[in-house]
Amino acid sequence: MSLDPQTLAELHEIADRYPEKRSGLLPMLHLIQSVEGRVTPEGIEVCAQVLGISAAEVNGVATFYTMYKRRPVGDYHVGVCTNTLCAVMGGDLIFERLKEHLDVGNDETTEDGKITLEHVECNAACDYAPVMMVNWEFMDNQTPESAVQVVDDLRAGREVHSTRGPRLCTWREAERVLAGFPDDRADEGPAAGPASLAGLKIAREKGWTAPEGEK
Amino acid sequence: MTTLTPVLTDNWDAERAWTLAAYEERGGYAALDKAFAMAPDAVIDVVKESGLRGRGGAGFPTGMKWGFIPQDNPRPKYLVVNADESEPGTCKDIPLMMASPHTLVEGVIVSAYAIRANTAFIYVRGEVLHVIRRLQRAVQEAYLAGHLGRNIHGSGYDLDLIVHAGAGAYICGEETALLEGLEGRRGQPRLRPPFPAVAGLYASPTVINNVESIASVPSIITNGAGWFAGMGTEKSNGFGIFSLSGHVRNPGQYEAPLGITLRELIDLAGGMREGHELKFWTPGGSSTPLLTPEHLDVPLDFESVGAAGSMLGTRALQLFDETTCVVRAVLRWTEFYKHESCGKCTPCREGTWWLTQTLARLEKGQGSEADLDLLLDQCDNILGRSFCALGDGATSPISSSIQHFRDEYLAHLTNGGCPFDPAASTAFAPVGASA
Repeated sequence: MSLDPQTLAELHEIADRYPEKRSGLLPMLHLIQSVEGRVTPEGIEVCAQVLGISAAEVNGVATFYTMYKRRPVGDYHVGVCTNTLCAVMGGDLIFERLKEHLDVGNDETTEDGKITLEHVECNAACDYAPVMMVNWEFMDNQTPESAVQVVDDLRAGREVHSTRGPRLCTWREAERVLAGFPDDRADEGPAAGPASLAGLKIAREKGWTAPEGEK
Repeated sequence: MTTLTPVLTDNWDAERAWTLAAYEERGGYAALDKAFAMAPDAVIDVVKESGLRGRGGAGFPTGMKWGFIPQDNPRPKYLVVNADESEPGTCKDIPLMMASPHTLVEGVIVSAYAIRANTAFIYVRGEVLHVIRRLQRAVQEAYLAGHLGRNIHGSGYDLDLIVHAGAGAYICGEETALLEGLEGRRGQPRLRPPFPAVAGLYASPTVINNVESIASVPSIITNGAGWFAGMGTEKSNGFGIFSLSGHVRNPGQYEAPLGITLRELIDLAGGMREGHELKFWTPGGSSTPLLTPEHLDVPLDFESVGAAGSMLGTRALQLFDETTCVVRAVLRWTEFYKHESCGKCTPCREGTWWLTQTLARLEKGQGSEADLDLLLDQCDNILGRSFCALGDGATSPISSSIQHFRDEYLAHLTNGGCPFDPAASTAFAPVGASA
């Protein structure tokens, strides 16, 4: 076992958050990814031991959910939404352009290990279409040119910010937050992007409010 | 004309709206003391009287769901918030949790008190990192302020709230698949009955509600059941967030009483993009049958959209103009259902692959007119025969598009391929570009 004692302790900590330990498996696998860069056979064994279930059961879970990766992921996971609405609004062209620019196919990583490109399903930001996710942070209203700029900046080590969130962290750091270990960046970024406020802005301009409450 | 009624969205433009300080400054967490002064059953009665119906798509009365929890069952009761927002087109819960996570946390506390749960969960999809940060922070702040934990506000009521990140699976929006995920298993739906109210999480009585449903509860407790019921239509009470996306000038979130029409919403959103007109739309995500401009004046409430042959769903209004190929759109949604089918039942697991193959052939201009009948036959073998609603949803775009746009499918055959230029429908197409 090469997983360090701190990780092992944190895996137990996750399991102990829940009334029944096995509920911790999804966040535990996120933690494995943050440490190992993917779900490794060893990570599966350790999760199984912590939970007292078989490695086959853990494996069954790890292969079911799309965020778990069996091959090493780059520093930045770039997901282009190609579900219908984003695809129509330009997601297909963005994805094609990035494949060409990075010289990778779907679910592949650039040779420098920086970028893993994947097309993703609807990420609940349709009012900002076409949408790209970098390490599961929103990059709203993209064009092929802006998407290329983002990956070029990331590969060059320049600072990149989510259009509605903080400075982008690495994929491994993101996975640690998903495992339930906050990184103290909650206060970065705005409360809402412009599209989220579209209706509220009109209501403010026209003086529209919900009715008064009952006394 | 229907006017917008910001309630849930009302604080989204506040300075640092996501913080406890900003939320409390606007009266946040006041609903707790009002609820704690009432018996739990009385809280359920208020929600029943308000007429609140589930905002996750199905529209089941929320108070009635709470009333199904057998209080004489000795096992713990659980509240689980379904924050796995993934239905294509749906984008209301994510901005809500990003801008005002405390609205949800306050709703969780009141709702859990009503059903007598001492442990609650927010199952949030994993692919929204910053939303998860904001939820984690809000829960932490609520504990420190005494809104969560032991003896909340001196009421004697205890509640623990756990934020649980999923790992990528549309199916986990289905409530029993979500419970499987929350129990650390593959997200596959469970046979019902028993319903979750009787045997849900850890085989214990469990209420699962959508984010927007739970977030609406504090406003109902604060303002009264009559206040909520006074908005909306006779059977679809209250307000809801309508999410406009696609070829409209100002896509975004518009909070309005149920029963507002798409025509009114498009007007508010500045009209369709310049030089173009509406061709087809979904009223509530891709699983709700497509509608056309002839349905612009249908009141967007559960009953009226149902009568028009579709479903209100999640009020995810995806708008497509005349540059969009409906066959391409439907094929892409079908590929999505194929990808997300959990594999548990045969009609959906096999059927979505069949649908994709048949559609892909048509989209390329291959195949024949008989393939349309084949598609409808395949749909017939999936709809109502699948284990859960995912399979049913997969058939909606296909059958409705053949109903409304049969000629467009045929045009692919006569044209020997797609007659549309995909570049013309992009957000970055030059003004005036056409197919």
